[in-house]
Amino acid sequence: MRDDLIDLLWEGLQQTLYMVFWSSIFALALGLALGVALVVTEKGGVLPAPKLNKLISLLINSVRSLPFIILIVLLLPLARFVVGTTLGPTAAIVSLSIGAAPFLGRIIENTLKEVAEGKIEAAKAVGATPMTIIFRVLIPEALPALVRSITIAIIAITEFTAVAGAIGAGGLGSLAIRFGYQRFREDIMLATVLVIIALVQAIQWSGDGVARAILRRRTKAE
Amino acid sequence: MIVIRDLCKSYATTSSTVTALSDVNLTIEKGDIFGIIGFSGAGKSTLIRCLNRLEEPDSGSIRIGDHVITDLNEKELRLARRKIGMIFQQFNLLDAKTVWHNVAFPLQVAGHPKPYIRDRVAEILELVQLGDKAGAYPSQLSGGQKQRVGIARALANEPDVLLSDEATSALDPQTTYSILELLQDINRKLKLTIVLITHELDVLSHICRNMAVIEGGTIVETGSVDQFFLNPQSDTARRFVGIVDRYRNRSYRLEGAGAGI
Repeated sequence: MRDDLIDLLWEGLQQTLYMVFWSSIFALALGLALGVALVVTEKGGVLPAPKLNKLISLLINSVRSLPFIILIVLLLPLARFVVGTTLGPTAAIVSLSIGAAPFLGRIIENTLKEVAEGKIEAAKAVGATPMTIIFRVLIPEALPALVRSITIAIIAITEFTAVAGAIGAGGLGSLAIRFGYQRFREDIMLATVLVIIALVQAIQWSGDGVARAILRRRTKAE
Repeated sequence: MIVIRDLCKSYATTSSTVTALSDVNLTIEKGDIFGIIGFSGAGKSTLIRCLNRLEEPDSGSIRIGDHVITDLNEKELRLARRKIGMIFQQFNLLDAKTVWHNVAFPLQVAGHPKPYIRDRVAEILELVQLGDKAGAYPSQLSGGQKQRVGIARALANEPDVLLSDEATSALDPQTTYSILELLQDINRKLKLTIVLITHELDVLSHICRNMAVIEGGTIVETGSVDQFFLNPQSDTARRFVGIVDRYRNRSYRLEGAGAGI
């Protein structure tokens, strides 16, 4: 172990957190829109539009069929257009957000479909508009399950940042490859792995905690 | 008054079409408690769900009060639905909302001002005897209490009609009785027309004044509930009443009371 270890790890962790945080926010915004759109435009949904549904589904499947590392390369021009460079954490956020959004869209779709049809019918029966049903029924009713799904997605995004590190995104993944692998710094490799494990655990625990808190509130004894 | 004319509805399955309702004609007087009884798969659920167009009929017309429900566009239908309350077998309460918010939901949808909503929710929770449960979540309530919330939600917007889709089928007999009493009470106090579907004769004999028997998607008998029990005409009606009679006879025999009747 050498004395640069802590500084390198700290910088890597900061970059990783930065990438995970912003990519999760953007991917979540996009993914929520995609997931909700998939559920409501389905045949028999709140706003049925089967053709649009097929189109969104096709788009999601296309992006999801590409290995992430290839997607990053494909999205480099977009990253350059948006942030002016293809290197560094900020550029990676562009690819990470777009790469993770379809995955989030699918798991949000699956989660929202678990909301009992009867609850939606009850809302329809009192004359609720499709928008009211989406925001006041569908999303709140699915919320604990949504939090769990989103936790899975944030962990996937954390993995993606490590992959993005391989082609110049920075962060812990980049640290492990540039130092741990290419410079044979086993101490850095090991420390990076430990930090990533700790990070993923922390995300999972937080997600579980939030989901539990929501459920506890809804079942609390008076 | 509810007038149903030549109502037809069929479902397309992958291999064939299943007829759920064929040429249903029915008139339900204002202020009545009207029961529709039938065995499973007879089409009773489809029929009641057509009344607020949770199911779209294929043809025919439905008139509730001044509205021809089957002619309304989406926006008009949403407005009309505010005056058609509905309660369900599975209650269908929103688990993310408290009792108070479940009952306030239709009022918020209708765009009422907050002070009005506050007063109205308190009033309606009092009516269903749940004034002390406003802050509870559905998961903390018993089945009977959940259905009371369902009823409160259905009544919040002061509807003219209440549709009951097997509302007591998931409840035990004692709770069923208390819910039926509540419905009767509401019918009297609010002069509300209640249409209920059921497969339980008890429900019919307890609160309904008039009724229809549905069989294979058609109405095979209509009339007063008394007439149904005394002189059942249709096959389904005889089978229903026959089951009750058989048990009654057997219990008389077992108790040795038969001679006294």
